[in-house]
Amino acid sequence: MLWNTLLLALREIRRNVMRSFLTVLGIVIGVASVITMVTLGNGATQHVTAQIASMGSNLLMVTPGRRMGPGQQGMAPAFKGEDAQAIAREIGSVSAVAPVSTGAATAIFGNENWSTSVTGTTSEFIALRNMALHSGRNFTTSEAHAGAAVCIVGQTVREKLFGSQDPIGQRIRLGSLSFQVIGLLEAKGQSMGQDQDDLVIVPLRTFQRRISGNQDVRLIQVSIRDGASTEKAQQDIRLLLRDRRRLAAGEEDNFQVMDTKEISTMLTGATQVLTGLLGAVAAVSLVVGGIGIMNIMLVSVTERTREVGTRLAIGALEREVLLQFLVEAVALSSLGGLFGILLGLGASFGLKSVLQVPFVFDPGIAIIAFLFSAAVGVIFGYFPALKAARLDPIEALRHE
Amino acid sequence: MVASTQTNGTALIELQGVTKVYGEGHAAMRALAGIDLRIEQGDFVAIMGHSGSGKSTCLNILGCLDSPTSGSYRFQGVEVSQLTRDQRARLRRYYLGFVFQGYNLLKRTTAIENVELPLIYRGVPARERHQIARRTLAAVGLEGWESHSPSELSGGQQQRVAIARAIIADPSVLMADEPTGNLDTARSEEIMDLLCRLNREAGITIVMVTHEADMAEYAKRIVHFKDGRIESDQQNGRTN
Repeated sequence: MLWNTLLLALREIRRNVMRSFLTVLGIVIGVASVITMVTLGNGATQHVTAQIASMGSNLLMVTPGRRMGPGQQGMAPAFKGEDAQAIAREIGSVSAVAPVSTGAATAIFGNENWSTSVTGTTSEFIALRNMALHSGRNFTTSEAHAGAAVCIVGQTVREKLFGSQDPIGQRIRLGSLSFQVIGLLEAKGQSMGQDQDDLVIVPLRTFQRRISGNQDVRLIQVSIRDGASTEKAQQDIRLLLRDRRRLAAGEEDNFQVMDTKEISTMLTGATQVLTGLLGAVAAVSLVVGGIGIMNIMLVSVTERTREVGTRLAIGALEREVLLQFLVEAVALSSLGGLFGILLGLGASFGLKSVLQVPFVFDPGIAIIAFLFSAAVGVIFGYFPALKAARLDPIEALRHE
Repeated sequence: MVASTQTNGTALIELQGVTKVYGEGHAAMRALAGIDLRIEQGDFVAIMGHSGSGKSTCLNILGCLDSPTSGSYRFQGVEVSQLTRDQRARLRRYYLGFVFQGYNLLKRTTAIENVELPLIYRGVPARERHQIARRTLAAVGLEGWESHSPSELSGGQQQRVAIARAIIADPSVLMADEPTGNLDTARSEEIMDLLCRLNREAGITIVMVTHEADMAEYAKRIVHFKDGRIESDQQNGRTN
């Protein structure tokens, strides 16, 4: 009987292909967006995790601001360059420290200009970030001390300003000052839609004087000597900075010292929150799709009142009519779910190159989306089905 | 003249003092005001009357689509007047067949699938169902029309499909509500000939509601309704 009912339902869907398609469009779009959001979100999370893992486990990031939750930061005073020097000087297990300040500037060479991001830091930065020089050289200590007008450019900047010319030894303008290009970085490619080669690196002191005009340092990157304890270094840096920032015993830290695991948790936490939110929005569209199904099923019941009357006269039980319409609604919504899953997977596959996010197929979410769409069919199909089953056969047979 | 000649034994259908009242209080409408009717196995009864005479209400009760307000309805000796909705559905499924004025075939569904419908509810396997449906369609003269949908069939052919659907499950009684109401005279006569043949050859008891005297003439017995009562009940002189 159930098998027959299913065949009957599929035949009914086939009889009205266009209407069936429009009916389930809401479900298709809902499921497709859930699948796309979650697939891309998972991809982003995996990408972030992989990238942070590639940074090595002996890296610490020190940022101003209170810890408030994933992806959030409270306001707090910035660091100074001296904080980085103090960490390098006083913490024994530290192997390299790079204070980092970033800003935006237009780089000009001849007739070409290009808006890029300028990073003020020390010569340790390149190695700390897993970058490498393609040609030229890094800053010298005296250049860093003096705040010399020298810079290292990324491949995108080279391409935009110099074309095929060799940039080494040329002079470019950043803001009001002319800088000599002393180094060119190796290409690193895109990461999460961000061009990692679109940057100019200048000595921190030069950046502070000529570009930002203040002494603030927003980030201090620290690498720990191999074999040394990360937890210990973290604790030492914390105590040192508390002292330098003159925090009283009871006060909370107004900065964070994070290791890569924590950074990864923070970033994936952020993407997961985002994924969850987008997924929830998509789930709302599933409910809207369900209402669409209910609407059409009600129309269908009214339209097929005489059919229902005939079936009842022939001897169909109330529950058989109920089951017929319910199975029809569920078959409809499940088919919509199936199409939605395929569409969502297709969309995430197509978007992976645009968004620079790997394609991570999660069968779990596909199964959940399918069951959810079937459940939408049950919930929103029940009322119309009940309406059909409760029809009075005499009235229904007389219905025009 | 009262036709209940065989008073001994159990009749196929026996109504005693059946009334049907729609609505309540002052708005109440008495559709049947006490009906006594006995129909024997193998009979062909035409129920006639003007609209509002109660003939359709009576057919609905006979067809177990509706329950009487009071009185007794015995079907093959079993009291069925107070059955539940589902119990009446089962009774219709196994003992009754219906033919309607408007055919009531499923749209965009082939003739054979329409005819099979009652067997689906009886749980007959697909292969067997097809065979029986094919045979039944042939019996009503529609061999070769199996895969046509109702919109591709003439009115007379549609009514034949409907009759095939009504008789496919070998019902005890065929309930026909104005079966020729939508057909021209020639088509009507063909349908009536078919019903007579089914009554004569297959022994199916037929209860037919009609307001056309010509059509009632085909029946063995004619019952006239007026104002919710039986006005006359006579054997038809014509032999078929």
